Amino acid sequence: MSDRLSGNEAVAYALKQINPDVMGAFPITPSTEIPEYFAQAVADGEVNTEYVTVESEHSSMSVCIAAQAAGARAVCATSSAGLALMYELLYVAASCRLPITLACVNRALTGPININNDHSDSMGARDSGWIQIYAENNQEAYDNFLMAMPIGETPSVRLPVMTCMDGFITSHAVENIELLDTDVVRRFIGEYNPENYLLKKENPLAVGPYDVSPYYMEHKVLEAEAMKAAKARILEVAAEFERISGRRYGLFEEYRMEDAELALVLIGSTAGTAKAAVDKLREEGVKAGLVKIRVFRPFPGEEVARALAGTKAVAVMDKSEGFSANGGPLFAETRSALYDLKNRPYLIDIVYGLGGRDVKTEDIEKVFGRLANIAATGEIGPVYTHMGQRSKEENA
Amino acid sequence: MSTVYNLKREVEKPARFTGGHRLCAGCGAGIVVSGVLRALTQEERAVVVNATSCLEVSTFMYPYTAYMDSYIHSAFENSAATCSGVVAAYNALKRRGKIDGTVKFITFGGDGGTYDIGLQSLSGAMERGHDMVYVCYDNEAYMNTGIQRSSSTPHFARTTTTPVGSVEQGKKQNKKDLTEILVAHHIPFAAQTAPIGSFKDLHTKSYKAIYTKGPCFLNVLSPCPRGWDYPTEKLAEIARLAVDTCVWPLYEVEEGVWHLTYIPKKKLPVEDFLRPQGRFRHMFQSGNEWMIEEAQAYVDQKWERLLERTGA
Repeated sequence: MSDRLSGNEAVAYALKQINPDVMGAFPITPSTEIPEYFAQAVADGEVNTEYVTVESEHSSMSVCIAAQAAGARAVCATSSAGLALMYELLYVAASCRLPITLACVNRALTGPININNDHSDSMGARDSGWIQIYAENNQEAYDNFLMAMPIGETPSVRLPVMTCMDGFITSHAVENIELLDTDVVRRFIGEYNPENYLLKKENPLAVGPYDVSPYYMEHKVLEAEAMKAAKARILEVAAEFERISGRRYGLFEEYRMEDAELALVLIGSTAGTAKAAVDKLREEGVKAGLVKIRVFRPFPGEEVARALAGTKAVAVMDKSEGFSANGGPLFAETRSALYDLKNRPYLIDIVYGLGGRDVKTEDIEKVFGRLANIAATGEIGPVYTHMGQRSKEENA
Repeated sequence: MSTVYNLKREVEKPARFTGGHRLCAGCGAGIVVSGVLRALTQEERAVVVNATSCLEVSTFMYPYTAYMDSYIHSAFENSAATCSGVVAAYNALKRRGKIDGTVKFITFGGDGGTYDIGLQSLSGAMERGHDMVYVCYDNEAYMNTGIQRSSSTPHFARTTTTPVGSVEQGKKQNKKDLTEILVAHHIPFAAQTAPIGSFKDLHTKSYKAIYTKGPCFLNVLSPCPRGWDYPTEKLAEIARLAVDTCVWPLYEVEEGVWHLTYIPKKKLPVEDFLRPQGRFRHMFQSGNEWMIEEAQAYVDQKWERLLERTGA
């Protein structure tokens, strides 16, 4: 079925189709519409979810953790400071191996307050043990959300899943979208039947122990193994999803990478802009390509390295400033992944788009221009730079 | 089953909170938890929720749990929200026919996890009206981290963050009145109790809290031998003195009606409660008589106000 929906509407529609057991609901721009649309579905009796209107994101995640531990399928949506307020509990959710699903509508973290898009919120949560899947557009936001539960709930994985989309750019812009039939979705998602849960009559369960040094590390290793196992499961679910939707997903998307010499690595909606730039440059004879990371956790390091092995120069574009003074988080992962290649491409990092700063095809073309120059001269110049900000002179 | 309280019958019920936990000798928390859980009827199922606390680290140290019922601990400041989540799952799964039977939901938090860092979560859960019980075991400081002051610590008490020195002597503020804050939420049942005597008051109020529909709250004084600095065998005596001096009055507010559940035959002077505890030792040094006077005046004023409210 074709429709025209915003990203938030698309996720809310997926939620309605899934009809989860419990939702923790708290407003924050730009994710607020998701619990709003869903509240209407509850009010209209379209779903019979237990809709818990909490007093903070902290309690939203607390409700999800407890509900999932109790045997229910729990969901929530948030952005920015809301996700930051959950950080402590994101780790609890992952370490308790509770496959909660969270729709993260990416927005800059406060300091100063800003409601527009970048990835600083979910990048801050990158080490929390959550699977992170990013969308380029509304279709992917919908599709990723539908794939989240079959991935997270698999016994070999049992990890929470965060599906991310760019605030406003994706969440509020209306696009054409293909929706699946609800009965197809429900068959695809299936029932959540955990082996053990708090409300199981036959066998009481204790969750969330004080874990002393003789045990803690074993538990963390199991969690790390689960994250490794998630990679195969993500691909398996993508294959199953292709069968019901005809849409194909991998750990990342390679766009015109077959013979690419110059490439970008980036995440999210900027991929659309970058694809336009790549097409234009290809017409001009430039062997440009794009790697759009879809799955950031687990990070597909070996696969990314293979995809970039034939390139001469690569620019990683980070939509968050990690303040490491050594480049953003996507750069750190990508550079680490490329280390094992025999012939590594030149690699630079460009931090861009912070707090909703726009990026245009011309900006992307300039990045390719820099890469062409690096490839031709072997002179890499500054490795880690920012793009799109006014210069000191312009500000004066 | 007779509704008249009978200690012998109650203690003969199979324990839901078992021995072998790691709480200190002379700690109030353990007897509070067993006292509250004993108020569940024998056939009742329950899920116990716990804030990070002495209780949590002492009763669910991997791989051993002291609870016969299902139990969840998540973090320090979110136990009421955690309980909300379990209740929400129960409602959803019940509605969808995935579980049967009834389950009771009981949350335990210390005063740090309730008066301070968990207050927002508690307020939210009470306002939303989940069918749950929140029990604060109030030992008047952050004992798990080594006796730091909380908003529940009484005036003048010595803690590791309100030490006694040449310029400052103990906590400068009065204890927050959490029970009144909970009463202001207009929940069906809120009460103050303590583990004294035959535990009848604790039992009766726990039973009411568990078997009254909606969010109910119990504030239970829970002496701590380490933080209050008393010999472990004095636990019962200290709890009794808190009640008989009216430092910790026993009352309940049921559907907005205030009721005093215990009036001491002889209201003892506050110093009888203060003297056996090391945390108040400096109040008995010469020149500090004003401290005891102030403490007495504060207790008297609060007690008078409570008498008015309860019409006792």
